[in-house]
Amino acid sequence: MSTDKTDQILADAPGSMMLNMGPSHPAMHGVIRIILELDGELVKKADLEIGFLHRAFEKHSESVTYNQVFPWTDRLNYVSPMINNFGYAMCVEKLLDIKVTPRCEYVRTVMSEIARLSDHLTCIGASAMELGAFTVFLYMIKAREWLYELIEDVCGARVTVSYARVGGVKADLPENFADRCRSSFKKIRETLKECDALLTRNRIFMDRMQGIGGISKDTAIGYGFTGVMLRACGVPYDVRRAYPYHAYDDLDFEIPVGENGDNFDRYLVRMEEMQQSMRIVEQALEKMPGGPVNVDHSRIEPARTVDEAKMGRIGEIYDQVVNVSPNLEGQEKEEYYQVNPDVKSVVIPPKQNSYTSIEGLMNHFKLIMYGHGIRPPKGEAYTCVEGGNGELGFYVVSDGSDIPYRVRVRAPCFTFVAGFHTMIEGAMIADIIPTFGSINMIAGELDH
Amino acid sequence: MEQSEIVRSIREKISNDVLGYHSYCGDETLVVRREALFNIMKILKEEFHFEMLVDICGVDFLGKEPRFEVVYHLNSLSRKMRLRVKVPVNEGEEVESLVPLYPIANWLERETWDMMGIRFANHPDLRRLLMYDGFVGHALRKDYPINKRQPLVKPKNEYR
Repeated sequence: MSTDKTDQILADAPGSMMLNMGPSHPAMHGVIRIILELDGELVKKADLEIGFLHRAFEKHSESVTYNQVFPWTDRLNYVSPMINNFGYAMCVEKLLDIKVTPRCEYVRTVMSEIARLSDHLTCIGASAMELGAFTVFLYMIKAREWLYELIEDVCGARVTVSYARVGGVKADLPENFADRCRSSFKKIRETLKECDALLTRNRIFMDRMQGIGGISKDTAIGYGFTGVMLRACGVPYDVRRAYPYHAYDDLDFEIPVGENGDNFDRYLVRMEEMQQSMRIVEQALEKMPGGPVNVDHSRIEPARTVDEAKMGRIGEIYDQVVNVSPNLEGQEKEEYYQVNPDVKSVVIPPKQNSYTSIEGLMNHFKLIMYGHGIRPPKGEAYTCVEGGNGELGFYVVSDGSDIPYRVRVRAPCFTFVAGFHTMIEGAMIADIIPTFGSINMIAGELDH
Repeated sequence: MEQSEIVRSIREKISNDVLGYHSYCGDETLVVRREALFNIMKILKEEFHFEMLVDICGVDFLGKEPRFEVVYHLNSLSRKMRLRVKVPVNEGEEVESLVPLYPIANWLERETWDMMGIRFANHPDLRRLLMYDGFVGHALRKDYPINKRQPLVKPKNEYR
């Protein structure tokens, strides 16, 4: 195909040069190929080729149960996997008509914003590095490391988190999370200040960002741009405000918008958004509601649990917390009760129930066993969340079985790459690199 | 105006071409005739301010008639509402391309063609998007086996 294309370009425009940029070009992240038609250094035409990281997310999702899709969603936008998790969970919850607990909404908000922070840090750091600012890259990656440590505290993994579950999250926030968050944010604020001093008034950086890679408001909307890319053009569209979800309605934050829609505006919008994200997290941690504690949490000795269960006296020990450390799963907290709703058709019961009572065991197996599991009614639903890049949508079609009939992901950066040629046509080759850096292309979600 | 009122006025406007309507889970959905799709989208964009085409995807209902559904998700930035438009398509039938209305339709339709094998009439450049040119079949169809492999690298002796 490539040779046909080359021949055709050369035949159409004699005198122009054809250049292949990527997929092995370092600024193309190894996953994009741009076929450029050049006049000297001017880009006359650009044709993008994607699909190098196509891993058939949608096809795979049609062969696993609803909860098993979560690990796949981690790998969509792998710098902010939390948001993908929650987006998909929301879609299945919409199908099932489940409302998650207020505490869970706040936990999800906090984790989404931490993920957004790490996303923006990576984007700015990487695109600054592509322009030679290696210090900024190191600073920002270090800042991201602090966030990853927070994420690790919460769910045990750094990148492939699989933190959400249908109807809630895997576990409650750990103890002292709020304090750790605040101290990390303090360090991150300092880092951002340093990076701001290094970049924002830097002549070299500004020359390569200002007025480059611009796109007009109408073109951006026509190409379905969302998120930072659209806000940099001056359209204050943010899913968190336009279609509020999680706890964003209760929290106070601003949506920064740009004016010119060029690379520099995108950079500024991202920088400001990080401040807003930290503000959201701090507010959410302040307001974090306690869980609906609907059980008596008197503790019980493990040996007594077994004895009582053997004698069939389940009623007395049902819903009590087994007093072992570590217990069968190393959990001493009543986390399931605090964050997840009491919906037996979706949420796995607390371990002490599944180990000590037949009801809990049955409930557990009904959800885990193949062919049972979560069964949303027949229908379809679309939900969207504000991902790191923009509107991240999930469209799930259910046929009433425990396996999703169709899962479709609406990836925000798909639209950016689709409209990328309008941003670079007429510009110089060297402008491609900052422009491509500023769209924050994440191949995982782009190629599904 | 309330969302439901807007949808009602849309349905009145295009009543001849609407095959079905539902608002399951709160998602307003219209099922429309394939032949009328382009005009409907034009009306939706120009008169009802659905400026943004969010997504196009195909769904394969193998064994049903018509077999496919092309699903369009629209978003109105000014009115803050969403609309889903579905078009039933049979094997071999073509849907009118929306590229003149929404430039993003170019790539989304290419992807739908690539994954589902639904052709779009008057598309400027209907190539495969995610898969390579020599790929046989359409990967997201229900009758495409999930374990099927199509390695690009040929065995050594085939080069001789």
